[in-house]
Amino acid sequence: MMTILNRLFKRNSSNSSRESAKKRLKLIISHDRTGLNEETIEAMRQEILEVVARYVELDVDSAEFNLDNDEGMTSIVANLPIRRVKE
Amino acid sequence: MSRIIVITSGKGGVGKTTTTANIGSALARSGKSVAVIDADFGLRNLDLLLGLENRVVYTAIDVINGECRLEQALVKDKRQPRLVLLPAAQSRGKESITREQMKEIVTRLSAKFDYVIIDSPAGIEMGFQNAIAPASEALIVTTPEVAAVRDADRVIGLLEANSINNIKLIVNRVKPEMIKADEMMSVDDILEILAIPLIGIIPDNQKVILSSNRGEPLVLDEKLSTPGVTLKNIARRLNGEDVPFVDLMASQENFLNRLRRWFTEPSR
Repeated sequence: MMTILNRLFKRNSSNSSRESAKKRLKLIISHDRTGLNEETIEAMRQEILEVVARYVELDVDSAEFNLDNDEGMTSIVANLPIRRVKE
Repeated sequence: MSRIIVITSGKGGVGKTTTTANIGSALARSGKSVAVIDADFGLRNLDLLLGLENRVVYTAIDVINGECRLEQALVKDKRQPRLVLLPAAQSRGKESITREQMKEIVTRLSAKFDYVIIDSPAGIEMGFQNAIAPASEALIVTTPEVAAVRDADRVIGLLEANSINNIKLIVNRVKPEMIKADEMMSVDDILEILAIPLIGIIPDNQKVILSSNRGEPLVLDEKLSTPGVTLKNIARRLNGEDVPFVDLMASQENFLNRLRRWFTEPSR
């Protein structure tokens, strides 16, 4: 009974085609807006990782490096998990 | 002081020309003098949507080449004495006109008309560059589809790079039933992504095709249809009127949705 009610009243939000359209658009538009090509972004990523790795030990595999877009402003968002601080 | 507005979109087939024909007609109906320019050289269609295709004698190219005076090329609309059309040439390509020539024609028209409205071709090439060159305002037409919104964003960037900062958005072909089912981006979703002010929401409606079949803009109907009203409202907002947006989602308020809301929304 609950499942039927849920199906009736729940709005399928996260995996709807509307949401995926929005998500994909936001990502592609942030790339379009910067006018940066893939190689430049990759070069930037490498260099930034290098600089940070001089001071702290990073978990490179789970590091994230993305272009993000909010209110017409594009930004680089990096999430670099630190394993430990170097002496 | 005349207002020079370009209607553009990036992507083709989203309704630029239909929108131009209707906004031009609605502005003329409201008492303003309006010149609409077809800047889609080689693929002109604005004459067809205005029902003026049989009255085109000269085109913008003839004016530029000195083969006729500007006044001779302007096609007058019998139904609307305040509206004129400057047709594009159909035979020659988009390369046959320069930005300077376009600017000069528009400057001459702006001395005589309250509004000069330029219907831009699709794309971001030469024809688009010519169309935006004389404009000080832009209306972007998009539809709730990923390709159209992406291209709209590109065009907004290009307009800003050309110092056109008065840019407003028209969302065309909105399907309320799909939005309700989470199968289409809502107008708010698109506004969140494009971050420019909204000036119009037009529902997807068969009447739009019927009106193009006849060459009679929807805003001229005796009894306005919903798309007709929403198009006319854009013209009213251009004129500075504060017009509330038609609630297209209202028709989707069936029993189940009301029941759902009653269950899911906290009672006040």
